[in-house]
Amino acid sequence: MNTLPQQLANGLFLGSMYGLIAIGYTMVYGIVQLINFAHGEIFMTGGFGALTVYLALPDGISMWIALPAMLVGGALVAVLIAVGAERFAYRPLRGAPRLAPLITAIGLSLALQQLVFNLYPNAKTSRVFPQLPFGPYHLGSITVQSGDVFLIIAAPLCMAVLAFFVRLSRTGRAMQATAQDPDTARLMGIDTNRIIVIAFAIGGLFAAVAGTAYGFKYGNVEYTMGFLAGLKAFTAAVLGGIGNIYGAMLGGLVLGLAEAMATAYIADIPGMQQLGGQGWAPVWAFVLLILVLLIRPQGLLGERVADRA
Amino acid sequence: MTALLQVEDLRVAYGKIEAVKGISFSVEAGQVVTLIGTNGAGKTTTLRTLSGLLKPVGGQILFDGKPLTGVPAHKIVALGLAHSPEGRHIFPRLSIAENLQLGAFLRKDKEGIEQDIQRAYDLFPILGERRKQAAGTLSGGEQQMLAMGRALMSRPKLLMLDEPSMGLSPIMMQKIMATIAELKSQGTTILLVEQNAQAALSLADQGHVMEVGSIVLSGSGQELLHDESVRKAYLGED
Repeated sequence: MNTLPQQLANGLFLGSMYGLIAIGYTMVYGIVQLINFAHGEIFMTGGFGALTVYLALPDGISMWIALPAMLVGGALVAVLIAVGAERFAYRPLRGAPRLAPLITAIGLSLALQQLVFNLYPNAKTSRVFPQLPFGPYHLGSITVQSGDVFLIIAAPLCMAVLAFFVRLSRTGRAMQATAQDPDTARLMGIDTNRIIVIAFAIGGLFAAVAGTAYGFKYGNVEYTMGFLAGLKAFTAAVLGGIGNIYGAMLGGLVLGLAEAMATAYIADIPGMQQLGGQGWAPVWAFVLLILVLLIRPQGLLGERVADRA
Repeated sequence: MTALLQVEDLRVAYGKIEAVKGISFSVEAGQVVTLIGTNGAGKTTTLRTLSGLLKPVGGQILFDGKPLTGVPAHKIVALGLAHSPEGRHIFPRLSIAENLQLGAFLRKDKEGIEQDIQRAYDLFPILGERRKQAAGTLSGGEQQMLAMGRALMSRPKLLMLDEPSMGLSPIMMQKIMATIAELKSQGTTILLVEQNAQAALSLADQGHVMEVGSIVLSGSGQELLHDESVRKAYLGED
């Protein structure tokens, strides 16, 4: 049986999730040149936020009512944590050497993991996540699970709304200006602190959608889920060209596809039989990251740094 | 009548190094005032402090009767002070039209903004011809026009121009200086920082010569143009 269509579809689903998370890395980097390494954990708390809302709802409630409530709950938690991190962890370090916010981000990442591990009820291993009440669908040789349906609708929708927001709204214009030249943006009357908060908030929002999607896709959420997903989404952001929102989505899709292809087919290459399977997925993702950094460090859609002067 | 801008004993430091060491000057409404001096004299630092990008360590700035010290940069433009920064600093990946619209970021009067954009295109026709083009693709002189046009979009009471002729060809420099003269004749109040002392002093009502953070000489533009020491130090005469 030809597995290629299924693997391509899997790559797109996975890539959509990476892309949604990568938006948060790229927006924040584009505006404050900070890699928020705690962003993976913001994704994780978004998933737990959605789960919490579900558990608070009465038993047997329709998923069609629960879903929007879960998204709002997840978004609230993730945005609050993202904005709080900016306000209390990163803002005091603005103007400090770059290493300081980087280490803070790693510390924050560990702190958030441990907070969920220790304080969220029964979260020492993983918590079962509710499932959407439809699917799986069979399209020819491709099987699409309900969580994948959610991703394939949510990701393009979020992306389109963001693209319109950035291109057409007043705040979006101010974000572009701040990304290109923050001091001059202030001279135009733009409150750049507010713009930075908005960038973190949008990142949190998208991470919450991705965290909820993760729950639907894998059937559970766990306190460690942000670590690998975050690193891979960071890879996707770099791959697409960090600072570029379209690049983040494109990088996510390319990474998802590359990962699906590699895990499915690398073992077919003579002499590489033992490199097949899911366990190797992160390896291929980071091999791709290293290749990008060597061959095209500005990423697929990134501009050369000289163009920014 | 009090001056539009009144600077008293302004001091600005980068860490322990004092870049502006207690300068005082004023700008009356309708005047063109210029600060001249060599690199590192503190001219740009002074403008960046007036527009709130730098915090002074001492002194007073009164603009239109209100103190500016401690007011964040994004609120200062709302008070009527626009700053066209050194090095132009247009937004390279936005179009010319978008750059101009950003200059009017705090204004709500859509029609007035459209009129003013048209006025910028009248002042600099090349900008109108290329309105949809990314600003980063413009030549240096065209970028300078855009930076000035953008600063005017806030309808400022005081326009601060930092080194508008820097790095331009002689022809483009003349064009920019002619535009400043035109703005002056329309009654725009301008604080002009220039290394091209000859051009700046010919335009200015008042001039101040800065050296290593202090004002060492002040006078009318004509007085300074004919001053022996100014001619020797800044106008390239022996």
